[in-house]
Amino acid sequence: MKPDKIDEIYFSDVDNEPIQLDRRDFLKKLGGGIIVVFCLGKLSLLDGFAQNQKEDPSNFNAYLRIKEDGRVNCYIGKIEMGQGIYTSLAQVLADELQVSINVIDMVMGDTDLCPYDAGTWGSRTTRFSDPVLRAAAAEAREILLQLASEKLAVNTNELAIENGVIFVTNNTSKKITFAQITKGQRIVKTLTTKPEIKKSTDFKIIGQPIISMDAKAKVTGKAQYSGDIKLPQMVYAKVIRPTVYGSKKIAVDTAGLANFEGVTLINEGDLVAVVHSNLEVANSAARKVKVTWDAPKATSNTDTIFQYLEDNITDFKVFQEAGDLATGKQISKTIIEGKYLDGYKAHASMETHAATCYFEDDKLIIWASTQTPFGLRDQLANELKMPTEKVHVKQIFLGGGFGGKIYNQQAIEAAIIAKSCKKPVQLVWSRREEFMYDRFRPATVVNITSGVDNEGKLTLWEFDIYCAGTRGTSVFYGVENNRTRAFNQKNVKGDSHTSALNTSINPLGTGAWRAPGNNSTTFARESHIDVIAYKIGMDPLEFRLKNLNNKDMTATLNLAVEAFEWNRKKEEGHGYGIALGEDAGTCVAVIAEVFVDKLTGVVTPIKVVLAQDMGQVVNPHGATVQGEGGVTMGLGYALYEEVEFNGGKVNTRNFKNYQITKFSNTPKITCVFIDKMDAKPQGGGEPGIICVGGAIANAVFDACGARVNRMPITPKRILEAL
Amino acid sequence: MSQSISFKLNGEAVTVEVEGSESLLNVIRENLDKTGTKFGCGLGDCGACTVVINNEAIRSCMLAVETVKGQEILTIEDLESNGNLHPLQQAFIEIDALQCGFCTPGMIMNAYGLLLKNATPTRDEIIEEMEENLCRCGSYNRIIEAIQLAGKKMNSKI
Repeated sequence: MKPDKIDEIYFSDVDNEPIQLDRRDFLKKLGGGIIVVFCLGKLSLLDGFAQNQKEDPSNFNAYLRIKEDGRVNCYIGKIEMGQGIYTSLAQVLADELQVSINVIDMVMGDTDLCPYDAGTWGSRTTRFSDPVLRAAAAEAREILLQLASEKLAVNTNELAIENGVIFVTNNTSKKITFAQITKGQRIVKTLTTKPEIKKSTDFKIIGQPIISMDAKAKVTGKAQYSGDIKLPQMVYAKVIRPTVYGSKKIAVDTAGLANFEGVTLINEGDLVAVVHSNLEVANSAARKVKVTWDAPKATSNTDTIFQYLEDNITDFKVFQEAGDLATGKQISKTIIEGKYLDGYKAHASMETHAATCYFEDDKLIIWASTQTPFGLRDQLANELKMPTEKVHVKQIFLGGGFGGKIYNQQAIEAAIIAKSCKKPVQLVWSRREEFMYDRFRPATVVNITSGVDNEGKLTLWEFDIYCAGTRGTSVFYGVENNRTRAFNQKNVKGDSHTSALNTSINPLGTGAWRAPGNNSTTFARESHIDVIAYKIGMDPLEFRLKNLNNKDMTATLNLAVEAFEWNRKKEEGHGYGIALGEDAGTCVAVIAEVFVDKLTGVVTPIKVVLAQDMGQVVNPHGATVQGEGGVTMGLGYALYEEVEFNGGKVNTRNFKNYQITKFSNTPKITCVFIDKMDAKPQGGGEPGIICVGGAIANAVFDACGARVNRMPITPKRILEAL
Repeated sequence: MSQSISFKLNGEAVTVEVEGSESLLNVIRENLDKTGTKFGCGLGDCGACTVVINNEAIRSCMLAVETVKGQEILTIEDLESNGNLHPLQQAFIEIDALQCGFCTPGMIMNAYGLLLKNATPTRDEIIEEMEENLCRCGSYNRIIEAIQLAGKKMNSKI
């Protein structure tokens, strides 16, 4: 799937696993054991495991294999970037198969070993992959029971399984292991119907807190990332970059390379790079290459971008509409308008974009920090004009992704360079390159016109979104007269919330950033809800409870209120703030406590409670870690993070001028979940971050009376608002 | 001009042929194949490259290799002893003080340096000493907890 297509889906509510199948010759390649192949999209729980009429054994996108040694391999095209699916997928598999989680080996994101997958983004793995994986495991379990029944000469209903051993229930000495059963077998079965999967009351591992299975590799330095691969004869590449994003190459002066031995220049299109067997020599040589660039003229900067977006984007799509706005205005006692702004944010993963690759005859083998290995395979095949089967993207850990690693520019650059210099190549972006070629979270404007009646009921809701998509913006407050509009591209060349080089109104590359758009729109909505409540003199909690029309959201809010102890006495200078939101099927409520120093405007986060209704919580520990991570990262965009730029010239170059949340800024964080073990699992990687901006904005207002409508909520902006 | 530089890496004497101005990080990763130490920013801002030199946690990306002649350098690869994980490594696993794991080696090495100076650091002391190590996944609170747990375990053994 192409990055642009992913962006389109990623910025809206993803309700279905996008299906894109690939016919491949996997089955022939496999060795012995019991293999169950299945298709994630078609059998998703959302469809109630509807039987697929057109099932074709060559169309599948995951499989599991019980090997002849009793170990279980799960092959899936997803990747692990810290979100913990390496563990949670093994967890559901182990539970359903009744084996120890320690016998499961996850083979992830390898394009030659795993069937096609659309990529790891949108908090979809647990929602869509894991229910089907369970069903496949259940299917495998039935096959194993059948074989055991033949070997032990008893009926299957007389058998039980524990830890990979099948035994006769009334004679436990009569038993056989999975390894013994699978020995010499080669059974391939396609999962097409809904097998009997375990009820929550029978769960032994699902619902248990399981510590990350990959932790040991990570604390010993053994876990490998794309820049850790070492190949014989490998050279290090350094790309020569313009100072202005979107520049086109005019001329290259390589005279400065005369003093360097063994440096090769790559000059292909706008890509100018040098390679050398020593990284530091490559870096020094790159500084001596002078490229003349044709830079696009600046049309906006850090502060003017918002007006620029509003002035230039006039075309819109109505996303949601009900009632009549004029009637809404008439019946409103109070009309309140608001404008909410959010600047560009960087993903700032600790691992910069990296790739290592080589050609083996005519086949390209690559390790890359990518959330979309199969997307990358297609991009490379296209870029280098080679058949897709000649590209092999290998399994590797990612040092963070957050939506920033679905575009794969660095991997394409590395491959072009490797092809050109005919040597294995490693390309690791510098932090400065990362701050230039990151596809930033787009700058956003949200304009709101709202109305309330005498009773404090919302009567009007007009929500105009510039460049943030519509993800999570379905109105969950009961208001009859409402309209949500998305002001997007059409009248602008390219796409306004996601833009490739030079095709957009954005002076910088933009794209998907953890829960795309939802952070900006949730900040706007939830800030504004508090503005209304304050204006009519109502408690913001009471106002929300009065207006919510989603029972799950109300329950989630109540859970947060309880965990936070909303009614406890506030200390001097402290403030409490609530924000609610919806993302990836999960209801989210965040309550934050901050202290604001009124003299300096400095905000100290004290405590944050995150409550989620995420359906069935597969790994409560993993969900908690994701929640804590979302809140911590969210404090960064709420309080500190802003990419400074003038046109395509990015002035933010490193962590000195792009502060992310640090140790000292991290408050006490409590995560609580609605108990719904019989419900479908929902998203968990992204939802926890969406409410942080709104909750902090509201807490800051509560603490000191400063209403800051632009993120990040900096001390300067707080002092100006006071 | 190329020169021979010798130092101890993880208890073993090593000699590298280098210019001398190369960063210790690059030499450790490229010449000596120890890739557990990570490149995060190249400016000493993030701490992913932290190693311990003569019992002190130091950013290896900002240090020219010629300045470590004769010194003793410890990286994440050598924290295990006799096949046993170091208490910090055990605590990071037990508390699950990591997500993507990319900052983890630097966090652990920085904490190792901290515990050498202060075996029972308070929460505030940990924050002060760890402040410039960045974790984008947001595991800070767990890292603090893990360092305290490791400190306790190490003290109880003495």
